[in-house]
Amino acid sequence: MVQVLGAGGLDEIVRALRAQGRTVVGPVVRDGVITHDVIDSAADLPRGWTEEQDAGRYQLAPTGTDEIFAFSSPSTSWKRYLYPERTLLIRARRRRDVVEIHEPEPEAPPMAFLGVRSCDLAALDVLDRVFLDPDATDPTYAARRGDVFIVAVACSFPGNTCFCSSMDTGPTPRSGFDLAIRELHDGASHDLLVEAGSTRGAALLAEVESRAASDTDVARAGDSHDRAVAGMGRRLRSDDIQRAALDPDHPRWDDVAQRCLACANCTMVCPTCFCSATEDSTDLTGTESERWRVWDSCFTLDFTHLHGGSVRSSTRSRYRQWLLHKLVTWHDQFDASGCVGCGRCITWCPVGIDLTEEVAALARSDESVPREGAAP
Amino acid sequence: MKSISDLLGSHAFFEGLAPDAIDLISGCGQNVHFEPDASIISENDPADVFYVLRTGRAAIEIATPRQGQLTIETVGPGEVLGVSWLLPPYRWTFDVRAVEPTSAIALDAACLRGKCDDDPAFGYEMYKRFAGLVRDRLQATRLQLVDLYGNDAS
Amino acid sequence: MRPEATLAPAPGPMTPRPYRVVSRRDDLIDTVTLELAPVGDACPAPMAGQFNMLWAFGVGEAPISVAGFDDGVLIHTIRRVGAVTAALCASVDGDQIGLRGPFGTGWDLPRATGGDVLVVAGGLGLAPVRPIITDLLANRADFGRAVLLVGARTPDALLYRDELEGWRGRLDLDVEVTVDAASPAWRGDVGVVTRLIERAPVDPANTTAFVCGPEVMMRFAAQAVLDRGVPATHVVLSLERNMHCAIGHCGHCQLGPMFVCKDGPVVGWTDVEALLRIRER
Repeated sequence: MVQVLGAGGLDEIVRALRAQGRTVVGPVVRDGVITHDVIDSAADLPRGWTEEQDAGRYQLAPTGTDEIFAFSSPSTSWKRYLYPERTLLIRARRRRDVVEIHEPEPEAPPMAFLGVRSCDLAALDVLDRVFLDPDATDPTYAARRGDVFIVAVACSFPGNTCFCSSMDTGPTPRSGFDLAIRELHDGASHDLLVEAGSTRGAALLAEVESRAASDTDVARAGDSHDRAVAGMGRRLRSDDIQRAALDPDHPRWDDVAQRCLACANCTMVCPTCFCSATEDSTDLTGTESERWRVWDSCFTLDFTHLHGGSVRSSTRSRYRQWLLHKLVTWHDQFDASGCVGCGRCITWCPVGIDLTEEVAALARSDESVPREGAAP
Repeated sequence: MKSISDLLGSHAFFEGLAPDAIDLISGCGQNVHFEPDASIISENDPADVFYVLRTGRAAIEIATPRQGQLTIETVGPGEVLGVSWLLPPYRWTFDVRAVEPTSAIALDAACLRGKCDDDPAFGYEMYKRFAGLVRDRLQATRLQLVDLYGNDAS
Repeated sequence: MRPEATLAPAPGPMTPRPYRVVSRRDDLIDTVTLELAPVGDACPAPMAGQFNMLWAFGVGEAPISVAGFDDGVLIHTIRRVGAVTAALCASVDGDQIGLRGPFGTGWDLPRATGGDVLVVAGGLGLAPVRPIITDLLANRADFGRAVLLVGARTPDALLYRDELEGWRGRLDLDVEVTVDAASPAWRGDVGVVTRLIERAPVDPANTTAFVCGPEVMMRFAAQAVLDRGVPATHVVLSLERNMHCAIGHCGHCQLGPMFVCKDGPVVGWTDVEALLRIRER
């Protein structure tokens, strides 16, 4: 059942979540981008801001209105709050020849995510399949994920690099949230539609002021969704993906390898990339040791190091690994695509490599797709 | 006691060769035997014998300054020794030493070469077999060069 | 900061258990065999073909195949190729390391029941296949001809020489050993291991081949086995890849769609042939 929040309703939601003892994380403007950070009230949200995104390009721009969620996908995703960049795995002590190994309790502060786009919501489901596998469950991810309260927000203004419709992950959240909000703004009125997606979402909604949505409200919501679908910046076709995987000797692989810096930006901003490495260290006396898990990227030269060299030593082989894993072999491994169409890898690639364009080119037997984007 | 013809006819290297061709070759051959550590072939000697091994094992070696004699391959029953007798300059390029008591048929190289010249069809049959032998030896040598067991990452 | 838990009965998937070095043997100039016993709770018993993650305090972990499991004692043969393996190889009796596992797919020797068994091992690959031989000899009547072919660079690089000689003396096991190069003191075969495959005394149509060694060697050995007429569905390999977690979370060990840590390391030739032939240029 769809409700319309009263004035100040969003603030009430934030306060109610904080009253539950939760740290509320939401989108904020900082350092010239929209990113995620802890928020104290709805006033911290990026009201009046939108993003201009393109391959290798990100620019904040004022909207001139008081819309709160006029942007698409912020520079960061939510993965770092469930799967931190650094996690302590074990702490150990060695005295003479006796080793004591201690596994720390996972740090799992109660959290709420406010402003989760449907692409990022889909990304959480993708990460669940990796880290909540019953045969291999990650303790930190499991502890944080089970409890986090999710307030999703439908996308009204997809970005130029967005293609969630192609990946069937948006622009409107369908499930997996406690509350879902849609902002409707047409100059005359400014409403936040909200619906509950869980029992606890409904309970929280009951605490804040709202009225039932009218048929007009619902119709306007439908129009907003349709406009968003029509406004997608990029497109990715699944039959192109199948064809792109066929020929390991396609010349386009050489072409993209010449542009790719193997800088790993794409894997850092991607909401589903999960690769990690372990790092061991000791104190100066060699009696105390810690083992940490840290984010890693398949783009690094050492990623596949095996006494004597790396299995994938060329940028070409590493780009191919990343692209085909994300779009193809992820299906074999996790029964879903690894890509949610958020477009961050396109925006944040310093040389503007666009995977939708690469896939389209790889799917063709001649290089007839002209290269667009901000390539130097 | 088996004749040279019988022994050659049942040897793996000559499989498929017509009986009259076998008889043609056997005229060039005689039985020989080597005790362990006996020298069968010496590097740079004239290559005037083609050995067809029946029993035992022989080691193909190269003399190296620091490591001494280095065995690079061993051959055994059903195999043959030597290709250098077939092509000029008819000189052995390796040492070969018996490792175990080894019996072989020694075929006179000049005699065999003459028969190849006189009967091209027979010569072709011999060359086909040697092409296969050289191919197998080359493949094996290349794999040995790759250092299959080394610190490779493949 | 929450209070830490001491080692609970069921540690998390990334937490090693302490194991003690019961004995240490120098096999080769760069290879050591350790026998390890649990200090407290033991890790579950491994199957032949599986591996454990061995942790050197303060240095890191390395995936090491199980070379044997006897009365609760794990046997691991480790070659010194980096910082972690160097630290493990430096262990002496009484030292404690961390261990977690077992991980991965096993050789599944019972799949060869009723037929001939051909085991081809190159270099350090003899360690992961050792449990095949010990299991086979313990259940000898279940199998037909049993042949072990071993290749190494030189006689000095041969593993488990005493044990090989013991196996060689048995009437119910054919053992052939070849090296790439040797001095005259070596009275055995010299040549590439694929040559031994050509004359292995097995019935190809009714043979299962287990192949283990560096990837280049496995590719050529598998091809030689197929050339003999062994069905491709009966050829099995053990792969090796960089691993940090061994549970399919770190991503390092991927080969196409496979995680070598959990979809391997033992894989069927038909599942990986196409993947191994891709040149990562």
